[in-house]
Amino acid sequence: MNKPLRRIAIFCGLLVLTLLLRDNWLQYLKSDSLKEDPKNRRVTIARYATPRGDIIVDGNPITGSVESSKTGLNDLKYKRTYKNGAMWAPVTGYASQAFGATQLESIDDGILTGNDDRLFFRKTLDMITGKEQQGGNVVTTLNGAAQKAAFEGLKKQGGKGAVVALEPSTGKILALASYPSYDPSSFAGNSDDDAAAWKKLQKKYDPNDPMLNRALRETYPPGSTFKVVTAAAALENGKYTSADQKTDSPLPWVMPGTTTQLKNEGNIPCKDAPMRVALQYSCNTVFGKIGSDLGNDKMLEEAKKFGFDTEQFTPVRATASVFSDDMNQSQTALSSIGQYNTAATPLQMAMVASAVANDGKLMKPYMVDELESNLDPIAKTEPEELSRPLSAENAQILQDMMETVVEKGTGTNAKIDGVKVGGKTGTAQHGVENSENPYAWFISYVKQSDGSSPVAVAVVVEDESANRDDISGGGLAAPIAKNVMEAVINSRK
Amino acid sequence: MSSTTNSPTHHTSTIGAIGAPSRRNTELALLVFAVVIPVFAYANVGLAIDDQVPAGLLSYGLGLGLLAGVAHLGVRKFAPYADPLLLPLATLLNGLGLVCIWRLDQSKLLQSLPNFVTAAPRQLLYTALGIALFVVVLIFLKDHRVLQRYTYISMFGALVLLILPLVPGLGANIYGAKIWIRVPGLGSLQPGEFAKIVLAVFFAGYLMVKRDALALASRRFMGLYLPRGRDLGPILVVWGISILILVFETDLGTSLLFFGMFVIMLYVATERTSWIVFGLLMSSAGAVGVASFEPHVKMRVQAWLDPMKEYTLSQQGVLGHSEQAMQALWAFGSGGTLGTGWGQGHSDLIKFAANSDFILATFGEELGLAGIMAILLVYGLIVERGVRTALAARDPFGKLLAIGLSGAFALQVFVVAGGVMGLIPLTGMTMPFMAYGGSSVLANWALIAILIRISDTARRPAPAPASNPDAEMTQVVRPS
Repeated sequence: MNKPLRRIAIFCGLLVLTLLLRDNWLQYLKSDSLKEDPKNRRVTIARYATPRGDIIVDGNPITGSVESSKTGLNDLKYKRTYKNGAMWAPVTGYASQAFGATQLESIDDGILTGNDDRLFFRKTLDMITGKEQQGGNVVTTLNGAAQKAAFEGLKKQGGKGAVVALEPSTGKILALASYPSYDPSSFAGNSDDDAAAWKKLQKKYDPNDPMLNRALRETYPPGSTFKVVTAAAALENGKYTSADQKTDSPLPWVMPGTTTQLKNEGNIPCKDAPMRVALQYSCNTVFGKIGSDLGNDKMLEEAKKFGFDTEQFTPVRATASVFSDDMNQSQTALSSIGQYNTAATPLQMAMVASAVANDGKLMKPYMVDELESNLDPIAKTEPEELSRPLSAENAQILQDMMETVVEKGTGTNAKIDGVKVGGKTGTAQHGVENSENPYAWFISYVKQSDGSSPVAVAVVVEDESANRDDISGGGLAAPIAKNVMEAVINSRK
Repeated sequence: MSSTTNSPTHHTSTIGAIGAPSRRNTELALLVFAVVIPVFAYANVGLAIDDQVPAGLLSYGLGLGLLAGVAHLGVRKFAPYADPLLLPLATLLNGLGLVCIWRLDQSKLLQSLPNFVTAAPRQLLYTALGIALFVVVLIFLKDHRVLQRYTYISMFGALVLLILPLVPGLGANIYGAKIWIRVPGLGSLQPGEFAKIVLAVFFAGYLMVKRDALALASRRFMGLYLPRGRDLGPILVVWGISILILVFETDLGTSLLFFGMFVIMLYVATERTSWIVFGLLMSSAGAVGVASFEPHVKMRVQAWLDPMKEYTLSQQGVLGHSEQAMQALWAFGSGGTLGTGWGQGHSDLIKFAANSDFILATFGEELGLAGIMAILLVYGLIVERGVRTALAARDPFGKLLAIGLSGAFALQVFVVAGGVMGLIPLTGMTMPFMAYGGSSVLANWALIAILIRISDTARRPAPAPASNPDAEMTQVVRPS
């Protein structure tokens, strides 16, 4: 009987071995993915177990943490608070006990909770000294005054809209506003009140969709502001070599392959107009023809250099802006004046203005300057060149043209004393047969006397309540852009 | 240990037992560890949860020490040559289980559940009863061969125990599995835990008598010895019974356990590999067959295949789905290699049965991979000591009983731990010694008592032959 007994002994040993192997698979190989599974309640518990680190603007926190109410079975010790939550929501996102976290609150969750591996030393030290674990801080690139000017401007306007301001030389995001917005404090807990506040903000119950981050996640037809990209393509491809060279632009102009005339807004001097004049008056015919002549491929190549057709990570994800390929000549013409399929996020158009202002060099936009723990830096973001859509000479030609637009063209509302401002207005049609109110766009930048450019900005306003005639980039969007630029200049003094 | 090891050169299982040391002092020394480790664990939980050494530390330590001492004295007096490892290993697991149950008692989340009871004091009581039963078995079961007389009574008893949960008014359906009976004043009992032992007695007695017929009367076919049709009877009957258990009590674990135990014992008794093949074929056929139409079993299989979907369904409030399986996996994963430390995990998220069927998940989260491996090895050691006892036993009945009990123990550990870790579908069984539950603790202490009794008989020195005047002319033949 002993031979089968020995075999059974081996069999029992194999059973235990199988369990050991399974356990190694579960607790070693799969450990991390199970531990970090967002549905694993422990992730949420850890997120609120200690006071969360803060998100910092201009050296001051715009977030906070308070102890949750001790009623009932709340296993989450701390709750997030926000200062001026609605204004900063497009930057911070939210961290809610009941509804999870998004944007910076989610991307840098490890730093904010203190569980990130980079904080291991600090955490261990706290454990040994018996101090409560404290999360690290996220220091942003934002400028409080510019953000305030942007948000207040949109709020005064009353319609939906967004503003993005960048520092052209580095790509730092200075302002990132979206309106209407929401206060993430209102649903940061997990009570019934929080649930009610959350529900009210959903698109289903609020058609204005306040939780949409319009600055990064919504694309709009850019309208005439896209003519800057078209002008850049013309210069870069050598079609025209100066701002004042006469263009080959018949008026009226019938789009190739169609019998449709491309119209201009009003009776403006567009026939054979040089690009400076064409940009000043916003001639559809001139830039439509440039796009059509260059062709889809060259236009697409230039648009891509400006960042179109790619998602941007700031590190918060921004939707990819669109410039289509496989278009015929008339579609390319329409696309080149920012209509047809062309669509851009406010961030994208700010990038366009910023690249021109930075002498043709496009910097990667970012909003997290530094991760720090107890004032010790853990990681710092270095400015990074994304691409070079323009040569320095061509960029200066384009700057010259855009400065004319503000000096005596459609963008005079953005003039600022003492500095040079370059800009471009846009009024993009949308809806079937243009039935809906157009979007008012304005993109601009500031050039100081020493040649440096502290800020480039893009503003879009979609105002359904305004009188249709009133909507033009210069009327609605330019004043907001001006205030944002002034705020940046004043804060640098 | 060399005296108990069979050298490969001679193939007898007899032990050169003359003058074998009793190893009682080894047992005592190991028992000290088995008591001290849980006491430290208990202090650790208190420090982690309340920042202070728990008030009950002294009484818990003394209590566990006293119980271990009583058990040790029982063994010393009534089974002096018993295996020295079994008692300390069981005490260690029991003690750690108590600490874990106490730790889960402190969870506010579990306290808020409607059927919460403070489980640790009860479990301590069950442990005391279990040790008492252990000593009683040692006192009254002077020789395990006595059990052989009760072969057919055991069969009857086992059947009664298995059928009890189905008796209307007595049985209780707790979360889908009908394996409990409700005894007024006593609470719920799981007769299946006791049936495991009684059935092992029956199988051992029955197979000892029938083994020759089962082994020899067979035809050879494709390298396998096929049993005669009429010899297939018993295995068919046991198979049928386990299928019935599965269908009527919807308990996959018990069913697998009984059938597996029978196949192991049949194989040992007959030395015919064909029984293993038949056993595997029949159990898989049975399991697949039942799982495909019995809704409760089917659901458990689906929950095993896709625990995340099961979790999502339960979160959506779909009736009959449970988040437990996924919560247990998260608990294990969150523990990682070294665990969070006692009292610092969140395994209470498993909620229902966190301290019984799922107790291993708490160990997994708080003691980590290292802790679980240690615990599994302790279980493995118990099983291997049981198998060694079977090897050492001098009578076939003792061999069969010891291998049956150890095999069942091993299968139970595999089925429960494998279920909780998502290796196989979950079953309604509990981790021996560690999980909360009176039936389980009592039955397993009785199981260890029987193994200790068999090992005592096996290791006891043979009566000195020199006193027999005929010694020189008579050859002593020892049963193999």
